[in-house]
Amino acid sequence: MRALGAAFQRDLALMWSGGGALAPIGFFLGATMLVPLAMGPERTLLASAGPPLVWIAAALAVLATLERLFQADLEDGSLDQMLISRAPLELLVLAKGAALWCAIGLPLALAAGPAAIALQAPLERVPVIIVSLALGTAAFVGAGLAGAAVTAGVKRGGVLIALIVLPFFAPPIIFGAAVAGGKDVTAALMILGGCALAAAALGPIAAAAALRLQAE
Amino acid sequence: MNARRPFQDKPTIRVEGLTLVRGGRRLFAPISFAAGPGEYVELLGANGSGKTSLLRAIAGFLHPRAGSAHIERCEEPSLALHYVGHANGLKGQASVRAHLKYWAGLFGGAPSEDFVVKALNLARVLDAPCRTLSQGQARRLALARLIIAPRPVWLLDEPASALDYQGRAVVGELVEGHRAQGGLVLAAVHEPLGPKPSQTLRLAA
Amino acid sequence: MFAFMANPARFMAFSSWAAPLLLAAALALFAAGLPWALFYSPADYQQGETVRIMYIHVPAAWWSMGVYAFMGGASFVSLVWRHALADVAARAAAPVGTVFAGVCLVTGSLWGAPTWGTWWEWDGRMTSMLVLFVTYLGYLALWAAIEDEEKAARLAAILCLAGLINLPIVKFSVDWWSTLHQPASLLRSGGSAIDPAMLGPLLTMAGAYLALFGALTLMNMRAAIFRRRVEAAALREARA
Repeated sequence: MRALGAAFQRDLALMWSGGGALAPIGFFLGATMLVPLAMGPERTLLASAGPPLVWIAAALAVLATLERLFQADLEDGSLDQMLISRAPLELLVLAKGAALWCAIGLPLALAAGPAAIALQAPLERVPVIIVSLALGTAAFVGAGLAGAAVTAGVKRGGVLIALIVLPFFAPPIIFGAAVAGGKDVTAALMILGGCALAAAALGPIAAAAALRLQAE
Repeated sequence: MNARRPFQDKPTIRVEGLTLVRGGRRLFAPISFAAGPGEYVELLGANGSGKTSLLRAIAGFLHPRAGSAHIERCEEPSLALHYVGHANGLKGQASVRAHLKYWAGLFGGAPSEDFVVKALNLARVLDAPCRTLSQGQARRLALARLIIAPRPVWLLDEPASALDYQGRAVVGELVEGHRAQGGLVLAAVHEPLGPKPSQTLRLAA
Repeated sequence: MFAFMANPARFMAFSSWAAPLLLAAALALFAAGLPWALFYSPADYQQGETVRIMYIHVPAAWWSMGVYAFMGGASFVSLVWRHALADVAARAAAPVGTVFAGVCLVTGSLWGAPTWGTWWEWDGRMTSMLVLFVTYLGYLALWAAIEDEEKAARLAAILCLAGLINLPIVKFSVDWWSTLHQPASLLRSGGSAIDPAMLGPLLTMAGAYLALFGALTLMNMRAAIFRRRVEAAALREARA
């Protein structure tokens, strides 16, 4: 447990000192800003199609943080130390994912509130949008861990990660957008929670398997 | 050098008919050797002869193409070894103190920070971010892992690289101290580290 | 079977006659199935002549999924037993599966134009197939991006298995999503009962696709193994 706590603290501190959620949130708000510019500012159109687009922006913002996630550890030798630590690599990866979610995922979910309001989401739906994005970013991070791990050895692998990870983003986007659009909210939230759990459980296992190969 | 209790384990490295392949090329003729508690084994060989790969195979990072490399007779296999490779495993943004704390958690040590800092002469840079360290200071910090958490087997890859005369002496003392407690050290070196090795392995293609 | 094929020399001996044989079988089945499907099978009472696209489309859909399942099996063998031939098999099958999925999407779109009145409909099946296609592309791109072939094989195997878990989830989500967005007014492809007169050409075409997959995969595998041998020989020569 102490090893996991230490790993979580360190990853969180490193992400924080690297600017934390500043750049992802800026990116997220910038992408949201483009939506009315592309669709036109008409209120009824925005109200029906806008809020789900918050999810696209959030997915892209998470994607943008993945490229260096394990690449740095592979290059500077930190990965070797993780391999011989007391804790299994799977759990250390989970700790890193948890740190990423706290540093990026949760702030994104909170920023989605104002973004959804700007895209004409009804005010009473905003809390549920924030909750759904908190779950959704967890699912994104889980899948992202695996994608970042299999591409850790690839220089400038940003586009490759996106291509690999996007099919795994499809289920959370579907249910998340349903919540944001106000359709079948309870069922969608439950399934979204299932997606988050599955990604948090399976993502680190796949990522650890890939990282062991990367260390060879 | 310090007053920690000797290891309960009788750490042993056993390598049998080991063959490693990198990029379709066999690195060295199949190698076999064994080393036990209290030994210091020096690993010699030209650049590209496979010293690093041999260490990484013993650490369990590399899968052998044939033969085996094992660490035996340690109660907790996951707590068996330290590996200090070419890469120091440091993060530029984090301070020296943060690294010591992180490693203590990761490896399960109870760091006497004072001792670590004094032994490796890092007191002046304790709160500096690692990107400001010199090569030699960074190497000393990487070696601090050896002291923070006691582990019976040390696998060292050019431990004295970038170190000054005094730094080399400290590494020699660390190795001697570790042997005295029943530890086992395997080091890849270009020139002798100081302590008299119990075995010398020479890798040839 | 697997233990027998595990030996590359035996595999080369086996594939040297199996690949041409399968290719001949594929050509024969296409020669029989295509005219049967395109000219001698009955037109659908609702869809008319356009139903004939189905004989190209449906087997492509089946086998694009079948090929992915095959790759999943090979990836599992590769990861668990670290077997080089399984790596080669998964890699050799991938382009075939990608093309099948692509054929399925294009013919689906061609069929949709007269039937649904649009070139692309976000129908549940087509959307799932699009995700499968993107999954294939990611697999091929990952393999291409990693230089160390052995490492590329194992990492791609992890990705392939992850995709194998993901695709049914995608299928479920997309079905849920399409019922949410499109109440059942849509004409679903592939009705519940198939006229026996249609079943004959359909199964023939499915057999033709399968034989083609087998032939192309074996040929790809042979090419990959020859290339490795040439590289190994060049390396030996360079050192001698």
